[in-house]
Amino acid sequence: MFESLGGRLEGALSRIRGKSRLTQADVDETLAEIRRALLEADVNLAVVDSIAERVAVAAVGAMASPSLTPGQQVVKAVHDELIRVMGQETFRIRYAPVPPTVVLLAGLQGSGKTTAAGKLALHFKNAGRLPMLVAADLQRPGAVLQLQVLGKQIGVPVFSEATDPVQVASRGVAEARRLGRDVVVVDTAGRLAIDEPLMAEMGAINAAIEPDYRFLVIDAMIGQDSVEIARRFDAELAISGVILTKLDGDARGGAALSVKEVVGKSIAFASVGEKLEDFEPFYPDRMASRILGMGDVLSLIERAESSMDQDVAKRGADRLKEGKFDLEDFLDQLRQVRRMGPLKGVLSMLPGVPKELRNQEIDEGEIDRVEAIISSMTPVERRNPAVIDFSRRSRIAVGSGTSPTDVQALLKKFREMNKLMRQIGVGPKSATRKRATSGRKRRKR
Amino acid sequence: MEYLVLALVLLVLLGFVTVRSRRGRVPAGSQPEALRGEGPAGEVGREAGSGEGAPVAAAVVEPTYAGSLSRSRGPFSQLFARIKGQGEVETVTRQVEETLILADVGPALAEAIAGDLRGSLAGGSLDAESVRSALAAELKGRFLDADRTLHLGDQKPGVVLFVGVNGTGKTTTIGKLAAHLAGEGTKVTVAAGDTFRAAATEQVSIWAEQAGVDLVSGQAGADPASVIFDAIDHAGAIGSDVVLCDTAGRLQNKGNLMEELRKIRRVAEKGAGSVSEVLLVIDATTGQNGLAQARAFGEAVAVTGVVLTKLDGSSKGGVALAIESTLGLPVKLVGLGEGLGALKPFDVEAFVDGLLGGMD
Repeated sequence: MFESLGGRLEGALSRIRGKSRLTQADVDETLAEIRRALLEADVNLAVVDSIAERVAVAAVGAMASPSLTPGQQVVKAVHDELIRVMGQETFRIRYAPVPPTVVLLAGLQGSGKTTAAGKLALHFKNAGRLPMLVAADLQRPGAVLQLQVLGKQIGVPVFSEATDPVQVASRGVAEARRLGRDVVVVDTAGRLAIDEPLMAEMGAINAAIEPDYRFLVIDAMIGQDSVEIARRFDAELAISGVILTKLDGDARGGAALSVKEVVGKSIAFASVGEKLEDFEPFYPDRMASRILGMGDVLSLIERAESSMDQDVAKRGADRLKEGKFDLEDFLDQLRQVRRMGPLKGVLSMLPGVPKELRNQEIDEGEIDRVEAIISSMTPVERRNPAVIDFSRRSRIAVGSGTSPTDVQALLKKFREMNKLMRQIGVGPKSATRKRATSGRKRRKR
Repeated sequence: MEYLVLALVLLVLLGFVTVRSRRGRVPAGSQPEALRGEGPAGEVGREAGSGEGAPVAAAVVEPTYAGSLSRSRGPFSQLFARIKGQGEVETVTRQVEETLILADVGPALAEAIAGDLRGSLAGGSLDAESVRSALAAELKGRFLDADRTLHLGDQKPGVVLFVGVNGTGKTTTIGKLAAHLAGEGTKVTVAAGDTFRAAATEQVSIWAEQAGVDLVSGQAGADPASVIFDAIDHAGAIGSDVVLCDTAGRLQNKGNLMEELRKIRRVAEKGAGSVSEVLLVIDATTGQNGLAQARAFGEAVAVTGVVLTKLDGSSKGGVALAIESTLGLPVKLVGLGEGLGALKPFDVEAFVDGLLGGMD
C-alpha cells in the first residue's frame, strides 16, 4: 500500500540526475522522503530523528555518486545504515551450564505470547533439546488450555496448576528440573506496560525463577508506542531480546528498529506464519529491506527451499546449464513455483517488481491455463517446441481449452526466456559464445 | 542456480499473464472485491432509516475515556506544558505534527492536520489553551459525522460478525458486548466461529458463561462458516435477538483466509437474510498497518464499523482517525479495560479530549 522508498526516491531524484552539483534543496527533499518512509513503517519518531543524521551522511554520499540510479544508491546507503542500527549478529541461545535453561515470555495482550511459546518450544525440540512449557497465564480465559493443546501438537509437556502466576512459574521450573527437561519456556499473561500491579507481578515471577532469557513479545504491527512499551518492560525485566510476531503480515515492522535503537535489545526470533514451524532467527538485513519496502528476496529463497523438491530444482538447474531446458523442465519448475503459494504472494516478495505488476490481481486460472497448454502437448513437442506447427497448435489449443493464439503466446515467451538465459550467460559456455559472436557479426553487416 | 530457474519460470508466467490482460481479456480474478462488497455506508444508512432495527442505546458511560487515556501522561500534555505562548506558528504546528505522529495518526494525515492548524492559528494567540482548543476542533472535524449506533437488524436474529487480525481482542469484545446486551434484556447467541486457534472455543465459551448467554460451537478445525450457519439457525429456533459471531484472527494479506471470511459472510447472509454489522476489531497499539487492515477487511467483507480495543494502554489509537478520515469507516465501540463493563460506545468528544489529555 505504501510506495516503496526506492520508488519515491527515484521520482525525487530524477531531477538531479546529471547535475554536477547537489543543492541543499535536493538533499532536503531526499531526506524528507526517507523520513516519511520510516514513519510510515512505524519507526518511532524519536528514533527516526536520532538516526536521521547518520542516514543523511550516508545518503548524501550516495547521492553524489555519478550513478545512473541515484535513488537506488541512496536506498542502499539507507539500507546499510538500518542494518548497522539493528546489528548484524544473529541472536544465539547459550544454554545454561546447569539445566534447565529458563526462558520467560512477556508482553501486551494479543501480541502472540502463547503461540510464540509453543513455537519456541518446538524450535528447542528441533534443536535436540527436551523443552517443557509452563502455563503461567491464569488471566485470559482458555490460555492454559491453548498452551496444553499446542504442547500436545508438538509433543512437549505442559505444566500448569490453578494457583497464582508466580507459584506456577517457580513450580513449573522445579518440575522441569525433576523431570530432567533442559529448557523451560514460561508463558505469562498479557499486560499493559502501564499497569503497575501487573508489571510488579511480572517482576515477582522474574525474581522467583531467575530466567536465563527474558523475551518481550511484540507484534510487527505495533505503532509508535513500541518504544515506550519496550522501555517499561526492559525496566522491569532487563529483557534479553525481542520476539517479533505476525511478520507474515504486510506490516513494515519499524518496531524492530525502534526497540533496538532505544533499549539496545535486538530481535531474537521472528514468527512468520500460522504454522508452529513458522518461527526463525531474526535477520536484520531482511528487516531493513522490509522497512524500506524493498521486497524480501531472502524470505522467498527460504520459502523456496522449504517447499521445493530439491531434486527437481537441481534437475532444472542442470538442464539449464546444459542448455537443454525444455518445456518438460519448465512444467516441472512451474509446479514447484506453484507449491510456494499464490503467485501474487511470491511476487510481492521479489524486489524490483514494477508496481503495476505487483498490484495486478493475478489470476491463478491463467497459470492453470499455462499448465493445461503444456500438459496438452506430446512429450515430443515439449522436448522440441519447434515441431509445433499450425495443426499441432490447434490440437493443443483444443486439448487445453485455450486458443491457438494463447499457445503461440506461451511458446513465444518460452523462446524469449531461452534467449534471455543465453544473454545472461547461462547454459554451455561454447554455445553462448558462439551465439554472441554470430550476433555481433549480424550487427556488423 | 536453483533460484535462477525459479526466477525464469516466474518471468515467463508473468509475461504470459500480462500479455493476455493487455489484449483486453480481464482475468476473472481481477475484480471480485469491488463487485462483492456492498457499500458499508449504504448498509448503515438503510438500517438507520428502517427504524425497526434496534439500535443499541448508549451504554452507561462511566468517566472512563479521560481516565483510561490519561493513565499515562500523553505526548500532548507534555507538548502543551512546553508551549509558553511565545514562539512562532511554524514551530508550534511542527511540534503538533510530531506529536500527532507519535499518536499513530500517520505522517501524511499529521501533516495535513498541522497545515490546517497553521491557518487557524495564524494571527491569533499561541498560548497552550488556544492551541489545544484549535487542535481539538481540527481533530473533531476530521471524524465522520456518522451513525455510530450498533444495529442488530430488523429481523430476528440479527447477525454481527467480528473480524480482524490475530490478537486484537475479538473474543474479549464479544464477551463484553454479550454481557452488555444481555444486561439490557437482549437475547444473545454467541457463535464460536474461531475453530482454528487452539482453545479459542473454550475462551469464548467462558465469556459466554460469564455473560450468561447461549453459545453454539463446533469441533476444532470445523468449517467456521458452518458453525456460524448452525448458530444462526439455532438462534432463530430459540428466538434470540442477535447472534454475535466470532471468527479466527487472520492477517489481511492471506488471500485464502480472506476468501474464507468472504464465505463466512455469504453463508451468514444466507442463513439470516442479512448481516446487520461487520465489526473490524483493531488494537489501539496498531500503527500504520491499521489502515491496510481496514482497507483489506473492508473490501473483503464490507465492514460497517470499527471496534478500537486496548485503549486503556499507553497507545492513543490515532490510527482510528486515519481510518475514519481516509476510509470512511466509523469507530463504533472502544475497549477500555479487562472488565466485563469496559466496552463503550465511541464518542468523538471524549476520544479527542482523552487524546489531548488534560491541561497541566
